[in-house]
Amino acid sequence: MTTETRTTSLLDRYAEQAGLDAMEQLRQLAGLLTGLKVVHVNSTRRGGGVAEILEALVPLQQELGMDTSWEVIEGTEDFFSCTKSFHNALQGKRLDISRGLLCEYEEVNAANAERLRPVLEAADIVFIHDPQPAPLLTHCPDRRGKWIWRCHIDLSHPYRPVWKFVRRFLLGYDASVFSLDAFAQPMPHSVYLIPPSIDPLSEKNQPLEPEVVQRVLEEFGVDPERPLLLQVSRFDRFKDPLGVIQAYRLAKDFIPSLQLILAGGTAADDPEGETVLNDVREAAEGDPDIHVLSSGHYSDRTINALQTGADIVLQKSLREGFGLTVTEAMWKGKPVIGGNTGGIRLQLVNHRTGFLVDTPEGAAMRIRYLLTEPDRIAQIGQTAKELVRHNFLITRHLREYLTLMVALTHGNEDRIELG
Amino acid sequence: MIDFAIKDCALGMIATGRRAQTLRELRDNLRDIHPGCIYHHFWGTLLRPQVVDREYNNDFAMWCYSSLHDAAAAERLAVIDPADFSDLEELRQELIEVIDERLDETELMLFARADRQFHFARSVIVVFDTHKRLSEPRELVEALPQMSVGSIFYHFIDARRRDPMSVDDFQAWLVGLGPEYSELCDAVAQIDPYFESLFALRERLTEVFTQHFVPGAVASRRSQECAEPAAENVQVSEPRTASEDVIPEDVI
Repeated sequence: MTTETRTTSLLDRYAEQAGLDAMEQLRQLAGLLTGLKVVHVNSTRRGGGVAEILEALVPLQQELGMDTSWEVIEGTEDFFSCTKSFHNALQGKRLDISRGLLCEYEEVNAANAERLRPVLEAADIVFIHDPQPAPLLTHCPDRRGKWIWRCHIDLSHPYRPVWKFVRRFLLGYDASVFSLDAFAQPMPHSVYLIPPSIDPLSEKNQPLEPEVVQRVLEEFGVDPERPLLLQVSRFDRFKDPLGVIQAYRLAKDFIPSLQLILAGGTAADDPEGETVLNDVREAAEGDPDIHVLSSGHYSDRTINALQTGADIVLQKSLREGFGLTVTEAMWKGKPVIGGNTGGIRLQLVNHRTGFLVDTPEGAAMRIRYLLTEPDRIAQIGQTAKELVRHNFLITRHLREYLTLMVALTHGNEDRIELG
Repeated sequence: MIDFAIKDCALGMIATGRRAQTLRELRDNLRDIHPGCIYHHFWGTLLRPQVVDREYNNDFAMWCYSSLHDAAAAERLAVIDPADFSDLEELRQELIEVIDERLDETELMLFARADRQFHFARSVIVVFDTHKRLSEPRELVEALPQMSVGSIFYHFIDARRRDPMSVDDFQAWLVGLGPEYSELCDAVAQIDPYFESLFALRERLTEVFTQHFVPGAVASRRSQECAEPAAENVQVSEPRTASEDVIPEDVI
């Protein structure tokens, strides 16, 4: 009784954002998967886009009748140093990784397999997220379900020696999932393309009262009356925070009242974050209108307030797996100036929901344009929000995961008829 | 009388791992690529996120224009209407011929940037039952504006692949109901399924059915629309929220 009430409530809340039809589609797909044991495995419970997606996805799958759980592998400092290097190398950085770190990667996975084997071998569907837990499959010889490797990063031009090392752990999977066709690598199994999404009910994406937004801005010393630029991103070189500062400085020559916030988190599996953060602090030194916020200073609700309070949101990445912060900002009706790369290209329809740029100069030009055309800010923001509502919410994401599960468990056909 | 069962659909994308960086590579891949890829790159584009109508209607033409910067190839590929071909193999041959012609006439070998290659993909289609049934064609006047773009895709685009005569579901239903609907059937057949967004197709279909059953209502609605400028079109799967689940009174 209690479960049923909760089910109705959660699905109804999503229906308010995504529509009744979307919920009905989920119910019809889930009807073929009722009672299936589904396990998601990743490397961190908090921090980063993967954990955020799973926080929303797992309860929804449970509410739809699947026996879904979420497991997190435990690692050492060397393990995370190795997987951070994987992250960079697989996105194209030429980076050789020592044999010692590679051994640590395999040993940590072997140790985690000892703990997780009963759950993983009993599961009907296992989603392994990103390279960190990829070798678990090789430690589960008696697995009975379908195993899916979900890659959230841009694998379009990997550093080949590292990709060759990681790829051998993936050959036994039943399917892979990439965010975009351009990110995919050839695999000996089916490769599905599923863009990620945001959760409209999360603390980070719920609407906020204007007073809350103003209070948060003032808390960080930002003047709510003056124009504000924002980039929310991990302190990672691929996110180009130094390029953002350069763009801000170029634009500030023409708009002296301009302010900038760089709000960056560091995930548990990202030891390089601290180094980049120090470089950013050094570049921002001496300018009271640049506010560098590190992860200790804010919550998801605070990030929400900053995105809501900003006039323009930047995501000037040089490489990007997908860039959920772009979707978050668009959901709040903000124009986004994004790097012309990766998944940002899918989200930003140039000149309609924001602007794609290749250089700090390009970003500065668009900042100037938007701040002198406030009507365009509102128009672009409204179009951006509708694009997200219909294409990048968690309900669409879940529908595609359920489709994949149905396809794998019902014969991999090109047409699935429900109802 | 047989009821019309309103279905909805969504596409899941499957990568093939095959890519092209030049026009020649595109042609070579087309020779033996899965026929589902040809369908996906012509028709699947209709269900993808869009804000405005695209400059070119299929992915092959769009890629030639935006990544190869070969406007001539783009224009010739864009003019191919997949509805003119009885099956995907014929369409494949036409594509290859158009590209061969372009390769013969130019000495330029244009390359796309490494990150702008053409990626061949195909789709898995999931069909949902909305559990809504119509017993008379007249009901489409109210039902069509409420249909999702997924429903429009299923009944007006996908139907042609399912039907041996390549006819959409609306015509197939009307034909089965007898000769009294032959004029309406002809009007539906006049709607070009390829050169417009699903949004626009829904509007066209609504207009045709409204014009037939409630002549005068279309003119009245058009004059209302002229008075109120439309917001920017966003190509969407058109979800309805609980509060919107009522047919607006001004449709008829």
